[in-house]
Amino acid sequence: MLSLRSITDSFHTWLLGLVGDTWTLVIEMVLVGVAAIGLFAVLGLILVIMERKVSAWMQIRLGPNRVGPKGMLQSTADTVKLLVKEGMTPDGADKLMFNSAPFLAMIAAMLLLAPIAFAKDFHIWDINIGVLYITAISSLNVIAVLMAGWSSNNKYSLLGAMRSGAQIVSYELSAGLSILTIVVLTGSLQMSEIVASQANGWWIFKGHLPALIAFVIFMIAVTAETNRAPFDLAEAESELTGGFHTEYSGMKFALFFLAEYINVFIVCAIGATLFLGGWMPFHIGNWEGFNRIMDYIPSSVWFFGKTFFLIFVMMWFRWTFPRLRIDQLLNLEWKYLLPIGMVNIVLVTVIAILKWHF
Amino acid sequence: MAFLKEYISDIYGAVKSLLTGMKRTGYYFTHHKEIITEQYPDNRATLVLPERFRGEVVMTHNGDNEHRCTGCTACELACPNGTIKIVTKFDINAEGKKKKAIDKFVYHLELCTMCNLCIQACPTDAIRMAQTFEHSVYDRAQLTKVLNKPGSKLQEGVE
Repeated sequence: MLSLRSITDSFHTWLLGLVGDTWTLVIEMVLVGVAAIGLFAVLGLILVIMERKVSAWMQIRLGPNRVGPKGMLQSTADTVKLLVKEGMTPDGADKLMFNSAPFLAMIAAMLLLAPIAFAKDFHIWDINIGVLYITAISSLNVIAVLMAGWSSNNKYSLLGAMRSGAQIVSYELSAGLSILTIVVLTGSLQMSEIVASQANGWWIFKGHLPALIAFVIFMIAVTAETNRAPFDLAEAESELTGGFHTEYSGMKFALFFLAEYINVFIVCAIGATLFLGGWMPFHIGNWEGFNRIMDYIPSSVWFFGKTFFLIFVMMWFRWTFPRLRIDQLLNLEWKYLLPIGMVNIVLVTVIAILKWHF
Repeated sequence: MAFLKEYISDIYGAVKSLLTGMKRTGYYFTHHKEIITEQYPDNRATLVLPERFRGEVVMTHNGDNEHRCTGCTACELACPNGTIKIVTKFDINAEGKKKKAIDKFVYHLELCTMCNLCIQACPTDAIRMAQTFEHSVYDRAQLTKVLNKPGSKLQEGVE
């Protein structure tokens, strides 16, 4: 199977010969940073236009179709508009917190990028506690939201931020439990090992019903964690005029907006890695011929295909379901998702110990 | 065990109703031919408006320049925001008797909310809602219209 390792390795040795050890590290870090920011910018543009097109088609509308071919440059035009707008800071706001909150939201989203494998042997940092790292960092997002809501000195913002805090903190439990089911099955926290363990079939198929339940709980929980409809109480534009980002404008608002879409991409990438095999092609047990054919499709295509499928599912949720009330939201988590998740993890443990999975 | 049964049937019902909703939107997503958006400025010639769309109040006139308005002012009374003002006059009919008739049916489009109450109030079906909607003008005075055409008179037999 095609691997990017030879390219990256030869680049590394070439750089090592050209400059010293330290400079190689610095140059590589800068390159990775630039690549990450570039990926974010492109992803933001693609996801916004995708969201608008998907929502339009689901509501029997046409969607943006004027700017560029079939309206595909609409999000670019929107970005330019946001760039030239004034970024206001309200008089009564806590200036330092207000201005640093959007960047914190972006940084929290960026940190999550590190352990994800984008293709075979192509990841920034294959840390041996990858899954733990992800669950730890993904809770940082709530700090940015709370900072934005508190420092805006606005009742709507504060209400939105508090709702968001309650929501993210409670849904993290379910997301963590469903991630844990795959850790139990794999026996490893390392992302590359989790992907490698799915070489003879993805966990969603190998893990019987409990893996499927875990996947459904994961999708619901991450939809809530990224503050997207039907769990968008933190923004709730019809109730709170925008929630925690009511007072933000221009590029600072755009950063929050971008961070939301980046978070959507990252949680979907994690879901794809854990349950759908990441970059691993669709393999069925020992069918050598079938597996060989599937290997001809590049691993990055598999990864992005799965991720975008999950993103589409999240958009599907958003444009179908009505928004939950705050008590319904917490009911769903504490009375339904969490108990089911707990029973589920016991089942998975039994399956893992008795080796009932394929 | 009754609570457990209820719990599980709750989950089943919730999942089923959510899937029904997703099936509907999924159907719309895959069937682009059902799109109801009108590409308005481009398709002015072929624009299709819904049957019940209400653009402005007009008075129907037949070929002989006759309308059906008796000047009863039922519409004027029905209008919630004083859009209609009927100015009456007295006509002398063939037998030499004085008969009330409308002089001007004044309609203030700028005040109208298209609520349709005047059309429902009219006992003789003299007025109706038209589908025209491009009402922008530079001067507000142009929105005050006289609905009965000059020289028109009451249709024979309408009381």
